[in-house]
Amino acid sequence: MSLDLAPITDSPPVSTSLTPWNWARKRLFNTWYNIILTIAALLAIGLGLKGFLVWATTQAQWAVVSNNLKLFVAGRFPDPLLWRLWIILGVIIGLSGLTWGKLQAKERLWTRDRLLIAAGIAVAIGLIPISFASRLISGGLLLLLLVAFWLGRLLPSRFNRWLAVAWALSFPLVFWLLRGGFGLQEVQTTDWSGLLLTLLGAVIGIAFAFPLGVLLALGRQSTLPIVRLFSTLFIEVMRGLPLIGVLFIGLVMLPLLLPPEWGQPDQLLRGLVGLILFSAAYIAEVVRGGLQSVPRGQLEAARALGLNPLLVIGLILLPQALRTVIPALVGEFVSLFKETTLLSVFGLIELLGISASILANPDYVGRYVEVYLFAGGLYWIFCYVMSIASQRLENSLGVDQR
Amino acid sequence: MNSRPSLRFKPQSTNVLRNWLSISTIALLTALAGCAASNNQSQTASSPAASASPAASSPAASASPVQVEPTGLLAQVLSRSKIICGTSGKVPGFSFVNTQGEYSGFDVDICRAVAVAVFNDPSKVEFRQLSAAQRFTSSQTGSIDIISQTATVTISRESTVGVAFGPVILYDGQGLMVKKNSGITKIEQLAGKSVCVQTGSTTILNLTDQFRKRGIAYKPVSFDDNNATFAAYQQGRCEAVTADRSGLVSNRSKLPNPDEHTILDIVLSKEPLAPGVKQGDPQWANVLNWVVYVLIQADEFGITSKNVDQIAQSTKDPDIRRFLGLEGDLGKGLALKNDYALQVIKQIGNYSEVYDRNLGKDSPLKLERGPNKLWTDGGLLYSPPFR
Repeated sequence: MSLDLAPITDSPPVSTSLTPWNWARKRLFNTWYNIILTIAALLAIGLGLKGFLVWATTQAQWAVVSNNLKLFVAGRFPDPLLWRLWIILGVIIGLSGLTWGKLQAKERLWTRDRLLIAAGIAVAIGLIPISFASRLISGGLLLLLLVAFWLGRLLPSRFNRWLAVAWALSFPLVFWLLRGGFGLQEVQTTDWSGLLLTLLGAVIGIAFAFPLGVLLALGRQSTLPIVRLFSTLFIEVMRGLPLIGVLFIGLVMLPLLLPPEWGQPDQLLRGLVGLILFSAAYIAEVVRGGLQSVPRGQLEAARALGLNPLLVIGLILLPQALRTVIPALVGEFVSLFKETTLLSVFGLIELLGISASILANPDYVGRYVEVYLFAGGLYWIFCYVMSIASQRLENSLGVDQR
Repeated sequence: MNSRPSLRFKPQSTNVLRNWLSISTIALLTALAGCAASNNQSQTASSPAASASPAASSPAASASPVQVEPTGLLAQVLSRSKIICGTSGKVPGFSFVNTQGEYSGFDVDICRAVAVAVFNDPSKVEFRQLSAAQRFTSSQTGSIDIISQTATVTISRESTVGVAFGPVILYDGQGLMVKKNSGITKIEQLAGKSVCVQTGSTTILNLTDQFRKRGIAYKPVSFDDNNATFAAYQQGRCEAVTADRSGLVSNRSKLPNPDEHTILDIVLSKEPLAPGVKQGDPQWANVLNWVVYVLIQADEFGITSKNVDQIAQSTKDPDIRRFLGLEGDLGKGLALKNDYALQVIKQIGNYSEVYDRNLGKDSPLKLERGPNKLWTDGGLLYSPPFR
């Protein structure tokens, strides 16, 4: 083991790439207290990891997860209609691939990260206990993602608009495939459950809460007193209530207050509206922070150019305001995604709700650690993907450079 | 039994809801006074009036030769062609989602039995998972037809909350579990010891009441989660754990060595569990009542899903013939088909079959019948006669 302890000279800086051993020496074992801390931390991590691995391989009974995989993912969606979910997945994956390709058209085609992720997904498809047909479709979808990514890089930029239109059109298509009607067998919203409902709730929540939040933020800065008063009142009332209180009002109180002959609005709808209104108030405050960060000169310059107020907002104010608050906005989206779990308190069977229902199966009674670890892992994957996507977006928009 | 204890009634908050409800009902009735006569909805909304005059819409209990027309909720259910059943979905043995994605359990089978009686099809039920806070308001507002959610029958739930409970389907009670080697057999021996208990329900109140009554000091160690309560007991943080006896049994089966624990022969409180409907619709309440009684009476007659067809063909017993709808008009009196009992038994089974497959010896829970035996076997289950 040769150590480079060369005397200081005027030579150019030493290469910063250290061997792992040198790195550890420099960072972990440089002083006596760091040595103690490192050893203690390693011991704790090692023991914890060992305990977990021993438990996961010997004591845990993962059958509760593998036997109920369909329930976790698609919930009570009727088995014969699962093809509709596959189509939805295909549409979303195809569009995501194209968009992803477009966004990274200038980079190299095959980076190590991309290959690793693709290989990881392929291995996962091979390992998870699903039927051969599902495995085949999943493999096909992975292929679709890669092809769409490749195609997206080749598409000329005039297709940008079409891509946006396709995303907008995918919403009604997805809803039609989920709900049925117009020639398809109907599926009750009470049968939308599991991860499907969690993702649906999060996507619908973000899709509606974000524009509403932007409007509220603009409303709070408006010069019209009534608009400003209403926006401020709404934001402050919503922020003053806990989400569970808002959901309680929507799901328990509202049916008592509505006249009976109005009928009962769909439970899922009531829950989602509560979630959207609540998140919109928080998003509004984040966006307001962004609006305040835009220098006044920008506004004055825009007005001097003769832009009308709508154009000032749309072309000058919002693009700059939103760009600065992307990290905070994505934080709001991630917390909205996790807050969908509160819907389970009111009998909507999202991922956490279906987990509890599976745990009530006497065959799997007491397997809660396995079930909640699995559900927690799923939540983590989606939240992590969201924050990665936000980082990429920040980089491509150059948030920290301008 | 995670959700059940926390579902207990909270008088003040519900009174507020109740006041709101009656205010809105009065406002609505005033508004609708002009056209109320032809409006079916307003009839169900004016529940106190309807229940005060049972003779108006309740079919006579004695066999009537005329087919009674379905009204109120039953008519709504028929036109919707499915029953909406409120259930917890999260209580082992009572209601859960099985691996095939179907609802299953004791509470679930009650709703399926009603679906068989009304539609001759156990699949015509839509289950709605309800929380503690929602379950009674959901039945008041009519968003569910039946509430089958391990609800304890209490006076305040019938008087102030407005639930019309059906027959008791399970006599449960709060019990105490200890480790066998502790040698504890009586509640007095727990003096100065700690007891694990789940908060947010009457479980802890019953516990306090029982210890106060006996003048014994003890240390409650409370948790807001069922799993945490039993995990603490397992780790030895308390000498005993209390919950409903059915809950004790199902949780004991999760412990590493179930045989090392024993459930004391003490009942701290009565927990009679029953399905319910909204008050003010006697016809619909009758349907629920006499479907549950079919399960119990079939057990008493010794009729099971396997032998019901054979008995229907061979029996000469007039009681059984009336019961199965081979003669008389008992079913028609409920505005159902005459052979509804036969179909319920054939497709759902009798009480023993339902109990055994969900809670008893054919289930992983292996819950003893205890008081839930027929009155002829020394239990509490008793069906009024079918005549």
